[in-house]
Amino acid sequence: MKQMINIALPKGRLGEKAYGILEAAGFECPSIKEESRKLIFENEEKGVRYFWVKPSDVVIYVERGAADIGIAGKDIILEYSPNIYELADLGIGKCRMAVAAKKDFYDRRDRTLRVATKFPNIARDFYNKQSREIDIIKLNGSIELAPILGLSDVIVDIVETGKTLYENNLEPKQDIVQISARLVANKASYKFKNKEIKEICEKVQNIIG
Amino acid sequence: MNYSDGVLRNDEKAIYALRELYGRFGYMLYKVNKFEEYDLYAHNKNFLVSDKVLAFTDTNGKLMALKPDVTLSIIKNIAYEDNTINKLCYNENVYRTSDGDGFKEIMQTGLECVGNVDMYNECEVIMLAAKSLETISNEYILDLSHMGFTDGLLDKAGVDLSQREEILKLIESKNVSVLKAYLNKIGMTEEYCENLCKLVEMYMPLGEALKVIEGCVSGEKMRAAYEELSLIAEMMVTYGVSDKIYLDLSVVNDLNYYDGITFKGFINGIPASVLSGGRYDRLLRKFRKNVGAIGFAVYLDRLERFNVQERKYNVDVLLVYDENADVKKISEAVKKLNDEGKSVLTSVSDVTSVSYKQLVRI
Repeated sequence: MKQMINIALPKGRLGEKAYGILEAAGFECPSIKEESRKLIFENEEKGVRYFWVKPSDVVIYVERGAADIGIAGKDIILEYSPNIYELADLGIGKCRMAVAAKKDFYDRRDRTLRVATKFPNIARDFYNKQSREIDIIKLNGSIELAPILGLSDVIVDIVETGKTLYENNLEPKQDIVQISARLVANKASYKFKNKEIKEICEKVQNIIG
Repeated sequence: MNYSDGVLRNDEKAIYALRELYGRFGYMLYKVNKFEEYDLYAHNKNFLVSDKVLAFTDTNGKLMALKPDVTLSIIKNIAYEDNTINKLCYNENVYRTSDGDGFKEIMQTGLECVGNVDMYNECEVIMLAAKSLETISNEYILDLSHMGFTDGLLDKAGVDLSQREEILKLIESKNVSVLKAYLNKIGMTEEYCENLCKLVEMYMPLGEALKVIEGCVSGEKMRAAYEELSLIAEMMVTYGVSDKIYLDLSVVNDLNYYDGITFKGFINGIPASVLSGGRYDRLLRKFRKNVGAIGFAVYLDRLERFNVQERKYNVDVLLVYDENADVKKISEAVKKLNDEGKSVLTSVSDVTSVSYKQLVRI
C-alpha cells in the first residue's frame, strides 16, 4: 500500500513556486488552487497531502514529524539548525544573507558592533568566527529602519536585488551565505516512507535539472 | 505481578522489559549517583548531546552537576583488568536542555560493554539494540554506519580537520547538492565526488549495501571497517534481525570519541531516533584506559505519545452517595463494582472535574 506523504509548503510566493515544481513532477493536488478555507489538501491517488504554514515554521513541522517533507529556505534551516535531512536544492527563491549598512558606514573595530536582524543565530555565528563582540538586536520586520534611525550599526538580512537598501541610502557590505529553497525531510519518515520520499525527490530533481 | 492494560505507560513497560532482556545476556543493573562533579562534563563537553549542564554548588562549595549523561559516570568509575569485560545496564534520569526551553528530566535506559570488547561482544550489543527496539514495536529500523569507513573515505581525499567537520555535517543531513559543490571547491576529483555522494545518498539493508560499497573500499582503515561490517551483517542474519538493519552513512558521531560502529534506532510513528549508540574506544583513551567500549541509550521519553490508546474517562464509575449513607454499604458497592473490573471514584456530589463513564447513586 502506498503511504501518504505529508508536505509542508511555506505560505507565499516561494511556496507557490515550489508547489509548481511538485505539480510538474507529477504530485499535483488540484483542490489546492480552489478558493476555500480548507487547511489541508489531499490527493489520495498520488499519495500526497499538502498544507500551508508560515515559512519559518516549515522546519518545525518537519523536525517533529507532522510533515514528512517540506520546502524551506536555507535561511530558516541555518537559523534553527533542525535535525533533519536536506535532500535537494530546488534552485528557486535565490537570494543571499548579507551584512548591510549605511553607504558611508565606517566599520570601527574598537567597540561592540550593534547588529539588527531577524536571524540572531546566523549573525552570532558569523561574527563569532571573526572573534567579534556584537550586540544583537532581534527585530521581526522592517530591519532596514534600524541603521537609518541609529538603532544599530549594521543589519544582517536577506538581500535579493538590494533595491530596498539602495533606495534608503544603504548598501550590502559583505555576503554571508547564498540562500535558496531546499527540499527537507524528517529523519524517521525517511526511513519508514523511504520509497515514497525518494520517488518525490528524484522526480523533483528531474524537473529542476 | 501482572498489570491490566492501560496501567503502565509505554516507558514504564519498556524499562522492565529491557532490563529483563539485558539481564538475560549478563548485563548487570548499575546505579549511579544523581550528581557528578561538574569538571567531568567540562572536560568532555563534545561527548554530550547538548553542552548545557545544570550546575550547583554543594554544601562544601564544590561545583556539582545534575548528570546530563550516564556513560561518563560509568566509565569513570568502573575498574577493569586485562582481559575482563564489564557488562552493565542502567536506567537513570538525566538532565538536559531541549531547544533552549530549559532543562528537562529525561528517563534513559541503556547498556555499556567495556573492557576486552571482541567481535562477539560487539555483535551482541548491536543485536541487543535491535531487540530493544523490537520490545517497543515490530516496525523498527536500526541504522548502522562505521566511523572508520567514513574516516577512511575522507582520508582518501586528504582533507584537513576543519574541512572534515564541515563534510561530516553535510553527510549527516544527506545534503548531497551542497556536499558536491563543497568538494569541488576544495579541489576533489569529479570521480571522488560522485562516489562519495552516491554513498551518502544510499539507504538499503546492510547485506545489500555491502555489495554496493565493496568497490569503494581502499586503504587499510576502510578494509578493516568493511570486514567488520560484513561479519556484523552475517551475525545479524543468525540473530534473525537482518532485514531491520540498514547501512546509512548519515549516522555520524564525533570522531574525537567514536571510531568504530555507530548506530541509531527508529520506530515507525516516532518522529526522532529513540536509540543511539556506538563504539567509543577513543573516549576511554581520554580516561587513560586502553580498552574497548561499546554501548547505547534508549530515550524513553520519546515513547510518551507512541501508540497510546486515548482514554476518554478517568474512571469507569462515579459512585455518589448521600452524606448519611452507611459506610459499610458504600464499601460493599465499591467492592461489587471492582469485582466487575470497574474503577470507582466515590463522592458525595456529582459535581466533579473527573470524567466518568457511568454514574451510580446509592
